[in-house]
Amino acid sequence: MKKFLIPILILAVVGIFIYTKAVGTYNTFVQSEEQVNGQWAEVETQYQRRADLIPNLVNTVKGYADFEQETLTGVIEARSKATSMSIDPTNLTPENIEQFQQAQDQLSGALSRLLVTVERYPDLKANQNFLDLQAQLEGTENRIAVARRNFNQEVVAYNTQLRTFPNNLFAGWYGFETKGTFQASEGAENAPSVQF
Amino acid sequence: MKFHSDHKILSLIVFLFLVSSQLLAQDFPPAPNPPRLVNDFTQSLSSDEVARLEQKLVAYNDSTSTQIAVVLIRSIGQYDISDYAFRLGDLWGIGGGENDNGILILAAMEDRKVFIATGYGMEGAVPDALANRIVDNLIVPSFKMEAYYQGLDQATDMIIKLASGEYKAEDIESKGNSGGAIFIFLLFIFLFVILPLLKNRNDNDNHMGGRGGGVDLLTTIMLANLLGGGGRGKFGDFSSGGGSFGGGGGGFGGFGGGSFGGGGAGGSW
Repeated sequence: MKKFLIPILILAVVGIFIYTKAVGTYNTFVQSEEQVNGQWAEVETQYQRRADLIPNLVNTVKGYADFEQETLTGVIEARSKATSMSIDPTNLTPENIEQFQQAQDQLSGALSRLLVTVERYPDLKANQNFLDLQAQLEGTENRIAVARRNFNQEVVAYNTQLRTFPNNLFAGWYGFETKGTFQASEGAENAPSVQF
Repeated sequence: MKFHSDHKILSLIVFLFLVSSQLLAQDFPPAPNPPRLVNDFTQSLSSDEVARLEQKLVAYNDSTSTQIAVVLIRSIGQYDISDYAFRLGDLWGIGGGENDNGILILAAMEDRKVFIATGYGMEGAVPDALANRIVDNLIVPSFKMEAYYQGLDQATDMIIKLASGEYKAEDIESKGNSGGAIFIFLLFIFLFVILPLLKNRNDNDNHMGGRGGGVDLLTTIMLANLLGGGGRGKFGDFSSGGGSFGGGGGGFGGFGGGSFGGGGAGGSW
């Protein structure tokens, strides 16, 4: 009778241990995945904010009669491409993020071409409305950079959690997958020298 | 095998993380101890000017909990001035932790770059376009003439006004003759309760978004006024801009853990 009970007891204890561990791990996975999703929403919000500023910018610039149409249509096209591109937050694979980043980078490129062209229009450069829009645009780029950095940090934390032992076993069972990050911007790898 | 390569990548990530965090620690000065709002690492300001600026900002912090920090460093290396400002603001925790109501004015003297970074909670009071105007119209012209104190004094005055929701040009004059605490109290009620009510009736058909149609014109007037004041104030007799906010005594209590989300604007001189 007693011989029979001990293995059952051990099994029960081990079972309870594994069960609580599994539940706890699952819950931490869910928590950090939600954090990643939250940061992703922030990234998308800031990109959307930039897209929303562009019609105003285009209208302001349009007022200058001979402004190069090519540059303008380039911006408009890149914008519509970028806004049509949205990713389901449950599917933040590296490929999807790369695609998203590519579409947004195209818009960044078109925008910077526009701002370079503006240099040739001194009236436009002095226009207060344009200056304000430019400041807002720069502010949005900064917010995008911060949001992207925060997103990457959350993803690194999440991926690390998923891949460490024994969590990687649980992650396989539950079907959690690692997520992609934004690539670091150019020049980030250079060691900066700062003087206070 | 799979498991093994996973570990390799992981240790690489950890290694990179450690390296980058070490770099970060080197690149940013630690938060000042004892805490100060005005930190001049370059001796561009005289100690008297630092003290006056500090006094004004501490008084403002005492009365509104909004923290405006001024940091002058020599060079930001290869960082973007904006990026450096956000990271420094986060690192020091400028602003209250709950409201994130901190503002950092960062100037890199050798790079001749300046940036006003607004914490999350200040993005509404000091939108990017206005921060940009403060830089362009107040800081850059003064800094060009090496009148660093003038520029910072005017810029902080302007931020204080914007953050108080104070948009009327006449109020600048009425602040000069302070009629005791009751007057200030009434003024605050007027500014925070009555003005916003009146303001809401205005249409908002400009392209600025956010803050009411009146901002554009009124702030322009105020900026113009301040610029005028700058010319006269060269002899330093308008220094006590925010000194009458009460509370004065006692030092600065320390940064509150506010964070920065990328708001603000900058320029170079």
